[in-house]
Formats: sequence, structure tokens, C-alpha cells
Amino acid sequence: MQLFKNETHFDFMGKIKPAMVFSSLLILVGLISITISGGLKYGIDFAGGTLVQLQFKNPPDIEVIRDGLKTIGLGDSTIQEFGSKKDILIRVEKSEEKLEAVGAMVRRSLSGEFNIEEITLERVEMVGPKVGRDLREKALLSILYAIIGIVIYISWRFELQYAIAAIIALIHDVLVTMGAFSIFDKEFTLVIVAAFLTIIGYSLNDTIVVFDRIRENLRRKGKFSTTDIINASINQTLSRTLLTSGTTLLVVVALFFFGGEIIHDFSFALLVGIFIGTYSSIFIASVFLVYWDSRRTAHR
Amino acid sequence: MYKNLKWRILLIIALVLGAVALAYPLKEKIALGLDLQGGMHLVLEVKVDKAVEASLERLADDIKRDIGEEDLEVDRIKAIFDTLQINIRMVDEVDLPPVKKVMESYVFFKLVSEDSDGLGLVYQMDQDQVKQIQENAVSQGLETIRNRVDQFGVSEPTIQVQGERRILVQLPGVKDPERAINLIGKTARLEFKLVDEENSLQQALSGSIPEESEILYTRKENKETGEVTKEPYLLKKRTVLTGETLTGAEVRFDGDFNEPYVALNFNSVGAMIFHEVTRENIRKRLAIVLDDNVYSAPVIQDAIPGGRAQITGQFTSEDARDLAIVLRAGALPAPVVILENRTVGPSLGQDSINKGINSIIFGSALVVIFILIYYKLSGAIAVTALSLNIVLLTGALAYFGAALTLPGIAGIILTVGMAIDANVLVFERIREEIKIGKTVRAAIEAGFSKAFRTIVDANITTFIAAVVLFQFGTGPIKGFAITLCIGIAASMFTAVFVSRTIFDGTMSRKKLDKLSI
Repeated sequence: MQLFKNETHFDFMGKIKPAMVFSSLLILVGLISITISGGLKYGIDFAGGTLVQLQFKNPPDIEVIRDGLKTIGLGDSTIQEFGSKKDILIRVEKSEEKLEAVGAMVRRSLSGEFNIEEITLERVEMVGPKVGRDLREKALLSILYAIIGIVIYISWRFELQYAIAAIIALIHDVLVTMGAFSIFDKEFTLVIVAAFLTIIGYSLNDTIVVFDRIRENLRRKGKFSTTDIINASINQTLSRTLLTSGTTLLVVVALFFFGGEIIHDFSFALLVGIFIGTYSSIFIASVFLVYWDSRRTAHR
Repeated sequence: MYKNLKWRILLIIALVLGAVALAYPLKEKIALGLDLQGGMHLVLEVKVDKAVEASLERLADDIKRDIGEEDLEVDRIKAIFDTLQINIRMVDEVDLPPVKKVMESYVFFKLVSEDSDGLGLVYQMDQDQVKQIQENAVSQGLETIRNRVDQFGVSEPTIQVQGERRILVQLPGVKDPERAINLIGKTARLEFKLVDEENSLQQALSGSIPEESEILYTRKENKETGEVTKEPYLLKKRTVLTGETLTGAEVRFDGDFNEPYVALNFNSVGAMIFHEVTRENIRKRLAIVLDDNVYSAPVIQDAIPGGRAQITGQFTSEDARDLAIVLRAGALPAPVVILENRTVGPSLGQDSINKGINSIIFGSALVVIFILIYYKLSGAIAVTALSLNIVLLTGALAYFGAALTLPGIAGIILTVGMAIDANVLVFERIREEIKIGKTVRAAIEAGFSKAFRTIVDANITTFIAAVVLFQFGTGPIKGFAITLCIGIAASMFTAVFVSRTIFDGTMSRKKLDKLSI
């Protein structure tokens, strides 16, 4: 079986303009959404706070839980269903540094309204504001270090301009995925940063396969223009690009549907990231190689 | 060309057997992270400044005593916590030189200034000493917590210092997290203080607290409603005896009502002081104070020799047991606060395991079916390589002792998806080579060698990202990073080396004119 019976001759480079418009729009919509919602929505890992996951025997009324919580005064709280009507996730702004088991406290506060024996404390995550700040800094740095490491590697294996083109594609992917997170009102947590780093690595994977082919083809350039060569290279690697993204998407889809609530956002990030990463390695990364080449020829 | 074949096959078999030996039986060899087996992850911060303050205060007391022994008259000796200084005010300036002499024996104090009237001296605590106290507070705190956890009975706890003043505590499978927090985090500073019976509690409560006294409370919590009631006591500030002289603490039951209480034993020094204090204060009340909470303040009926005392209160037997544990393990040299707490219940952990395994099975099944349809027999080779990949990955996880976490499972799933990539690169190349008319043998040869460099380049970037992630991540994230790293390494090996060996092995047996790809 083959994805494409014959060698494809899609004119990807001819679609540069629509692709740029499309990408700019995607990024713009994301940025607008981020601005409207007042910045990225941090999870407790980065903002500090407490997350309590409770399982009720029977689906509870969220308003009743809210009333119960008021008695212990933990500040603003958001209460939502988590995967099923019986699983409730409560997030309170406050993180108690004092030696109190907040989870047990939350559970006890509901003893008036519910039979406390029917509530199981499934998960508690408390992150103090200081740690939140630390983690935020570390997360940013780690993304930065990853990018630097990759630039160094690609400029060593290829040339600097390839590295820059790859990084532009990569920043494009991260921006779009971030926008998607804002639009779907999802929180940034440590695990999501892990997903972003994976996207960075993965998106480059595709880009490099294309670059590798471009480099190989440039060596026996002959009468063809750089644009033609890049176009041919993308076409030659097209079925491979789509195949690998396809298999990776298959497993991520499995993770998204069967992995459970806790890594749902993680698989969502990967899903979006892999999609965008594949698109950008075809349309975005190579564009900048063409752009540089045209400038170089213009200089001569 | 096939002369190394035998050795290559042997190497693969050896690696696979090695991996199986490392990872079998799975349940014992692969450690599960706290998010999968349930448990508690705590990061505590030791309030080291409190330890420094306590030390400064103790030293001020020592200095007061030493100066008193020299028959010198002091106006006051004051510890200043902000600047870590001790301020000594004298009544007569002739006393100043002998005081300076006394201070010479306190080597980690430096005279920084003298008051202009010639009656006061200001000493500064040495910075090295401060650092020493802080370091000790953390290391002793660690020891104390380890002691308490050992007595609490958790299998395979992790307790270690993180950074300068943080302590990481991981308790896998802990049943009652609330109790564990209380047990670990309690400072457990036990003090005996006399009740101030010369002054009125009422007056003190309305604001005029005598200088030598303080108000502390008995705090009673109703476990059912969480309601807290407080009862005030006016106590002398001076601590007559601390928990440092304890040699033992255990739970006993009162004969009449079967109420639990904690029986204390002092060492000889403690016993002597206790005897003296009780002898001199008969009919007065002695308060037992733990972390500034008054547990009880019984009237001293008679002098108590022998170094025995007891703490009563309305304990459940569990409370009494935990109190005995913390007293036996000793006080924390400084209070701790919780910076981070991540607790997962056992049922949620099991649920995550099930879901993780389901996703692995579904994800792998989808990939396998797809690859078999798309690449036919060659696809079967890729699938074989993929299975070996999982075996090697599991073996490596066992070898590195890396705990499997939920993100780690996601890492395995991702590896399954990405591992196929290397095979796809090779197979697509082989197809291209066949298309331009090469023989099967030459096409395989060219496919592998041309795709090899691309595979390395493409995987190394993901590898760089994974290594950075490992550096930055905590617990579950580290688990993800490490499975990703191992997965990438294993997939490069299986997709390139193992697949190639299988191809070569097949080719060496019969000459193929047509490749099923």
C-alpha cells in the first residue's frame, strides 16, 4: 500500500502566501484570546494553590459543595466535574503553608451536607506561592535551554540558517498550541510544559527530515532553483512525514480517549502540537530557507 | 556482507534476555511512582531563622548566667533577632572590662559597638556560626523526620534534603495522609513551665501581661465538627525543663477509665531538675506545653523523684501513640512549613494504571494494524522491532531504577508512535531505491545507509528536549523524560540495527526478487 501512487508534485512553495496568512491568523486568534483572558491561565503548579479531587458515591450538587466550602474560608474556589459527575475537582486559591491537611479539611467541611463516608479523597495537590514562582522560572528556562541546545545542534549539523528556520517553525508551533490552550480554557501545569518540550522535539523531528533531504538534493542541484529543490524535497518526504505523524497521532488519540482525566490536557497539547508541527515542517520551516536564498542571490 | 550476522543475532538475543532478566517479574522490578501506587509527596521548608533565633536566645541566657556568676550587675541582656546581636547593658561602667572578659569565651560573638555612655556593649553573631546553625537545623530536622517516619511504619519512604533548606518526604501508599502530616510536621518542642499564680489571668487577658509571663492556650479540637475551643493560661516565660532530657515516651492506659496517656522518662539530668522543681513548688501548678499549646497544668502534689512524668489530655489512643512517637524521635530544631504537597489515593492510582495500560494496548494495536497493512511483511519486521523496543525499554527502566509514572506511561505510548518513524524513514527510502530500479539487496543496503543519518539527526533533537526536561522536572515529569530518553535510544537501536539484522537474516537464506514492502 502507498499513500501516493506516484511521486507527488504539489507546489508547496506556491502556497507560501496563503500558509503565512493562515498561520498569522492562528497565532493572532490565540494571542487575542490570551489577552482577553488576561494572560495564560496558570494551574496550581505555577500560580500556587490547592487542588482537591473528591469522589462521591452519588453525583453531588455543585452548589451544595460550594456552600459547604464557605464554612472553612479558603478563599476563592472553583468547583468542576472531572471526567464524570461523581468526580469533583475543587481548586482553591489559597495554599496553606501551615501544617494542615487541606484535603481532609475540605472533605470534613462537607460533612453537614453529605454523608462523609461516601466521599473519597482521591487527590490533593498543594503548591505554595514560593514554589509556584520557582517552577514558573524553571519551566521558562527549560524551554529556553531546549531551544538553545537545538539551535547549537542544528547549526553544527546543518548551517545556522537552517537552525533559525527550524526555530521559527518551532516558535510558531508553541504559539499556536498556547493559543489553543487559551481558547479551550485549559490550564498551564508542569505536565503541559513537558508536553510543550515534547512538541518542540517532535516538531523538529519532521523539520529535520525535510531539511536533510533539501541538503542532499542541493548537492546535485544542477539547473534547478532552490525553490524547486525545496519543493521537490518536501514532496519526496511527504509520505514519510504524513505516515510518522499519522502513527504518532494514532497513539496520542488513544491516550486522549483512554488515558483518563489526569493526562487529558497533556494529550490535548500533544494532539494540537503534532498536528501543527507537521503542518509547519511542510509550510513554515522551508519558507525561510527560500527567503534567505533569495536574499543571498539578490546580493550577488 | 552477512559475515557478522551470527554475532549481531547473538547480541540482540543477549540484550533482550538481559532486559527480560532485569525486568522480570515486572511487579517487583518496576517501581511505580507515587501517582500510580498512591502516596504522599511533601516538600517542607525548614524555618532555619527560627533555629538561629532560638540559639541566640539560649546564648543570651548563658551569658546572663555567666555574668551573674562573676557577681557583676547587669541592667539587661537582650537578644536582637533582626540583626542577630546581643545587647548588654550594665549598671556601673567599672563592670564593663570584666564583662568583656566573660564574652571572650563566646568566640563566635564579635564586639561591634559600645554605647556612648560607656554602659552598653553590642555583640554580633558570627556569620559562619549562623550558617552552621542553619545547616544543623536542616540536617537534624531530616534525622528527626526520618526517625518519626520509621516509627510511623511506612515501607520504603524517601526522605532527603533538597537545596539548602528544603526536605523532601515521599511516603508511598500512606493510608492516612492527614495523620502523616501531623506526625512529620509537628515541631514537638516540649516544655515545662510554671503557672504564674502571683498575677491575675484576667488582667493579663485585658492587656497588662507581666514582663516575665506569657499567655498560652489549651487548644481543643472537636474531631467531628472541626470546632476549636481555647482555654487561656498565664505562664512564667522561663522554661524549667525541656524535652531534650527525655529518654522515653510511651502510651499507657489509665486504670480507672482506660484513658490513654503518654508516660515520659527523663535522663539523670532531667530527673534531677524535675525533682528540684517539683520539690520547690509544691501546691503550685506546672504546665506541660507542646509547641506553645498547653496540654495540661496539674497541681504539684509532692516532690517527684525518679524522672517520671505523664501527659494527659483527651486523647484518642491514636493521638497518644503519635504524640509518643514525636516525643521519642525528638523535637525538630526549627519549625517546618509545607511548600508542596501532592497526595494521591490508592484507588485513583490503580485507575490511572488501568487507563494507562488500556491506552498502551489501544495505541499499539492501532499502530501495528496500520503498519502491517501499509508495509505487509516488512511491516511485520517493524512490528518485531517495536516489540523488542518495548522489552528493552522496560529492562532499561528497571536497570536505572526509574519509577514509572503516569506521564511515564504517556512517554511509552509516545515511544511506540515515534519508534515507527525510524522504520518508516528506512522503508520509504527502500521503496524509492526499488523504484529507480535497484535490486532488493541493493535497495535495502542503500535504504538503511541513507536513512541512518536522518534518523540520528531527527532523534537527537527530541533527545535534547527530553534531557532538558529531565533536568528541570520533578517526580512524574522526570519519569516522562526518562522513558522518552530511553525510548528514543532503544528505538534507534531496534529500528536500525534489529530491523537490518532481520532483513539480512532473511536475505541470507534465500535470494529475493521482490520485497514485500
